[in-house]
Amino acid sequence: MSGISNTAQIVKRNVKRNFRIPQLLVFSSIQPIIFLLLFNFVFGGAVTAGTNVTYINYLLPGILAQTALFGAIQTGVGLAEDLNKGVIDRLRSLPIARYAVLAGRTLADSVRNIFVITLLCVVGATLGFRFHEGVISFLLGALLIVFFAFAFSWISGVVGLLLKDPETVQVAGFLWVFPLVFASSVFVPVATMPSWLQVFARNQPVTQVVNAVRYLTQGGVPNGMTYVWISLLWIVGIIAVFAPLAVWRYRKIQ
Amino acid sequence: MSKNNSIVVKSVVKKFGKFTALDDVSLLAQSGKVTGLLGPNGAGKSTLIKVMTTLLVPEHGTVMVDGVDVVHKPALARERIGLAGQSAAVDAFLTGRETLVMVGRLYGMKAKVAKARADELLEKLGLTEAADRQTKTYSGGMRRRLDLGASLVATPKVLFLDEPTTGLDPRTRLQLWDIIRDLVAQGVTILLTTQYLEEADALCDYIYVIDKGKMIIEGTSEDLKGSLGQDIIELKVADSHIVATQKLLKKLMNQDPKVDTATRRLSIHTKSGADDLLKVAESMKKSKINVEELSLHRPTLDDVFLAVTDDTEGAKS
Repeated sequence: MSGISNTAQIVKRNVKRNFRIPQLLVFSSIQPIIFLLLFNFVFGGAVTAGTNVTYINYLLPGILAQTALFGAIQTGVGLAEDLNKGVIDRLRSLPIARYAVLAGRTLADSVRNIFVITLLCVVGATLGFRFHEGVISFLLGALLIVFFAFAFSWISGVVGLLLKDPETVQVAGFLWVFPLVFASSVFVPVATMPSWLQVFARNQPVTQVVNAVRYLTQGGVPNGMTYVWISLLWIVGIIAVFAPLAVWRYRKIQ
Repeated sequence: MSKNNSIVVKSVVKKFGKFTALDDVSLLAQSGKVTGLLGPNGAGKSTLIKVMTTLLVPEHGTVMVDGVDVVHKPALARERIGLAGQSAAVDAFLTGRETLVMVGRLYGMKAKVAKARADELLEKLGLTEAADRQTKTYSGGMRRRLDLGASLVATPKVLFLDEPTTGLDPRTRLQLWDIIRDLVAQGVTILLTTQYLEEADALCDYIYVIDKGKMIIEGTSEDLKGSLGQDIIELKVADSHIVATQKLLKKLMNQDPKVDTATRRLSIHTKSGADDLLKVAESMKKSKINVEELSLHRPTLDDVFLAVTDDTEGAKS
């Protein structure tokens, strides 16, 4: 019980952090919008995403996933910052649950993601984004992105606790996130890639999630439900591995 | 004996890889008193604080704080201690009030209780007016006071202050000293680290000096000064005369003088202060060495510190 209330306090603290530090706010609002606008207008002409789907309808689920992953990097960066500033030491000297600091961080980042997803959907709507499978299906899609980001936050948390230096964590973040974002169906159909890359692109989690969200918002994706189930499996699997790993690293902080 | 000691550290060893940060360190802190931990940068002060506050687990040794085994029952120990100073930090983006309320809530206080406690501490620390400003607008002294406040939320019996006044101006330092003295008057046991000997002299009932991970000397401020036993003759000469003066003093007093080339000061111990002072003055005059300053003084804690700590650059903590 007290662990949950501890976590709630840390969530509150981190939400304030995410919204009060100007550069973090810009990062979670203006930057994703710029990505959305750039990719829509730069690639929109070139990529006719197959059938009757307009590029913005194709792109937005991808941008949501991209934002989720870029946002996840910040989980590790934030932890490394707190570690260096002594905030973590203060919290560790208090009689609180060991997982509260980590869960408080990943959950606060989920709050930020809900904010960003809402923002992107509103901006996307002005660019012509529409969902065609009903409100509930759309909300499920958004929720899937939130959970996906939450799972990746735990990976990032482990990276943050291992590398400890905020800038190193940032750079390392791009190393593991960029291939996942770009070698996927986020921006272009996987079928346009060389066959060796397709093997990776088709089977990695980002493609699964993006396809699932396309199915949930646009329909017309063959075997759509399969993508949803595989995405959920990835999410559960990642959390099952990385959450305990993060708590273990946290306990061993020197 | 240990009944009166709120902190009992016995034979603690802490290593980081091959580097031994704490090498068989023992310490006792008497209940309701201020115990000082002095030492140069990298001596192991912060590491020892972290061991005593459950942040680091030692390889060997035992640590008891307020009767609780810190190494084996860290959760229980955390309920009894407060930590402030360079090992802990306050968030720049939270207000002073938010910081204290959050800490109170983390200790399991109800919202109302945490708020009341925050108000009380803000008042006590003179931060009421700044309470609703983000701490990034605070001065260094205000931030230290808030940091101290955060460590006091749960009214700990044992308080650890890691260099609580480092980097503060003299007036703010004195304010913090007053707060610390108030706490002692209320019966709190305090262990503080400092690089300021003057601070240890003013605040601490008992002092430990640590260097390169080893305890090298302990005692009251008076004990430590007395341990040097003798008065000190100090001279300041021109750069070009340092070596000559050194030789002369050695011959005259039968001991190696301590030389600080940076300040061009040489010091030497004496048993018969005034006589030796005259002797030195005469012989300097004879050798035509121009003495810029010449003094005889009781040892200060600085002298103790310089005498017992190694002046070669220590490893970084």
